[in-house]
Amino acid sequence: MAWNEPGNNSDKNGGDRHGGRKDNDPWSQSNQGPPDLDEALEKLKAQFRGIFGGSSRKGSGGGSGKGSGGEFPKSIVMFALLAVVAFWGFSGFYQVDQKERVVILRLGQYHDTVGPGLHWNPLFIDQRFSVLVTQEQDYRVRGLMLTEDENIVEVPISVQYTIPDPKKFILQVRDPITSLHHATDSAIRHVVGGTKSSDVLSQGRQAMAEETKVRLQSYLDSYDTGINITLVNILKAEPPKAVKPAFDDVISAKEDKDRYVNEAKTYANGLVPEARGKAERIMQEAIGYREKLIAEADGEAQRFVKLYNEYRKAPEVTRERLYLDSVEGVMSNVSKVLIDVEGGNNMMYLPLDKMVSQPKSALPEATASGQNDIVSQVANQVIDRIRQEQSRARRSEAR
Amino acid sequence: MSNRYPIIVLILALILLLASSIFYRVLEVETAVKLRFGELVSANIEPGLHAKIPFADVIRKVDRRLLTLDARPESFYTVEKKRLEVDSFVKWRVVDVEKYYLATNGDEERAKVLLANRVNNDLRDEIGLRTLHEVVSGERDQMMATLTDRLHQAAMADFGVEVIDVRVKRIDFPQEVSNDVYNRMRADREKEARQYRSEGLELAEKIRADADREKVVIEADAYRQGELIRGDGDAKAAEIYAEAYNQDPEFYAFSRRLKAYEASFSNKGDVLLVDPESDYFRYLNKVDAQ
Repeated sequence: MAWNEPGNNSDKNGGDRHGGRKDNDPWSQSNQGPPDLDEALEKLKAQFRGIFGGSSRKGSGGGSGKGSGGEFPKSIVMFALLAVVAFWGFSGFYQVDQKERVVILRLGQYHDTVGPGLHWNPLFIDQRFSVLVTQEQDYRVRGLMLTEDENIVEVPISVQYTIPDPKKFILQVRDPITSLHHATDSAIRHVVGGTKSSDVLSQGRQAMAEETKVRLQSYLDSYDTGINITLVNILKAEPPKAVKPAFDDVISAKEDKDRYVNEAKTYANGLVPEARGKAERIMQEAIGYREKLIAEADGEAQRFVKLYNEYRKAPEVTRERLYLDSVEGVMSNVSKVLIDVEGGNNMMYLPLDKMVSQPKSALPEATASGQNDIVSQVANQVIDRIRQEQSRARRSEAR
Repeated sequence: MSNRYPIIVLILALILLLASSIFYRVLEVETAVKLRFGELVSANIEPGLHAKIPFADVIRKVDRRLLTLDARPESFYTVEKKRLEVDSFVKWRVVDVEKYYLATNGDEERAKVLLANRVNNDLRDEIGLRTLHEVVSGERDQMMATLTDRLHQAAMADFGVEVIDVRVKRIDFPQEVSNDVYNRMRADREKEARQYRSEGLELAEKIRADADREKVVIEADAYRQGELIRGDGDAKAAEIYAEAYNQDPEFYAFSRRLKAYEASFSNKGDVLLVDPESDYFRYLNKVDAQ
């Protein structure tokens, strides 16, 4: 076929992965090739051969007269011709689905575009091309693109389209789907090339998709493809694989930042209330100290005043009594050593340290009362000894 | 007599053969030129069924739809001598069939080669005048409009082809430049990541220092308050004591000492060496000590 040259399949462009349908030329969808006269002739010949074969068989089996043999095959030929015409007539029927339109060329010229339903067009004279008009079709592509700030990003894009004008789609452009692919490549790169990489990777996608759609539609309109773009969707744009770890690290760095701040806040939240608690304790202790001091002073002062009031009534006696009470208390509690200091000529050795500490070291397991017993024993012995010494001294004095 | 049928068949076949060599069909998407013994006699034949003289006339059909030239990616240098891999496509259509046939012999591949050479030359010129930034983003539309216009004029004049559009599909860096770009992008990200981390540390340190400061201040404040309160207590107590004891300082000295003695000698371990002549033992040896 002259219009379907191998140059059609020239969409092997670079690294782009084109999705969508494989057969981009709508002319190749059609199972209705152009009528080939040679082919038709072959068919006709075959028909005739069939008739001859049949007639020879019938001739041998029928056994009818040789004279009437001429008419018999003639009717068969007529019948065969009728059959061919009938076959041709029936093969002109076809149905069109609700979502399709069929473009019809009669003897090569554009004739009609027919909608859904049952139709008849003469075979070999009309050619039919069906196009899905209402069905949304989808085309996806992704590729590396340059951004305005000369970075490289990978942008996956999906394009949804319908073909509202099947006549243009079939007749105006060879390979309209490939044209769509090319136009998409161009439009998305144009838009990405005018956008900063940070916008491409984050919030700018919606606006980019809108811009791409408008641009792509204007390209396709200028090519008269009959394609209508319903939606351009930029899926998640990504940095290229080679630098993806670095981009991921930025995200984890942001999280690290939050984490550091949160840890510090945790520390602060633990520290400050504790300090406040401690401060409260210091205050309360101080208040306690003050109250205690004042209360004690008050108590002691009042006691003193009361005592003094009584003392003033009988100073001598009270004084003596107080003194004796106190000294008695002291004396009954301590270990006492009475020394007649005036008899200083006597050498006296008192093992004071032993008197105090020996019981403890000698009897480490002795009870407190036992210790006291021992101390008082020792003390009593010492006192006795001193008494004896004194009496002896006195006796000698008296003598 | 059954030999008559092959003759009929033969005649029918001949008629069909003749018909197929006389009539030809031009499709809606095509146009055709008619050559009679090599001489172009009719150009721009409309779609439909037409007749020709068998053996004398030759029909050459030409696609009149919008066609695509998808040129191979080529390397071009920008004004700052950066190399770019540019993949472009051209949308073109045969308008003047006669001129087209004369220039290319109706061979589409040949037309494509001619167009591709021109578009590459034009692209080289245009990109060579511009910076990378202008090519990638700034003046893309303008550049394409210029290119389309120039190519259209040339192609129309030379081989009857209308150029609808010239577009750059992809502009890529060559591999080694890509690697440089990747390294730069990586460095940028690392810078950003480091900044985030150190900002985090900065904020954290500020928060910690703030907390530490607050703690010290709170405690110091509390200490001051506490000392004030204690001093208050001391003062108040001193005042109370002074007021009471001032009534008789001598008696206070006496009674306070007694109390102190009691407090000082409260342990059995304390040893008191006493003079029997002291006041307490006044009556120990003599009855009338007076």
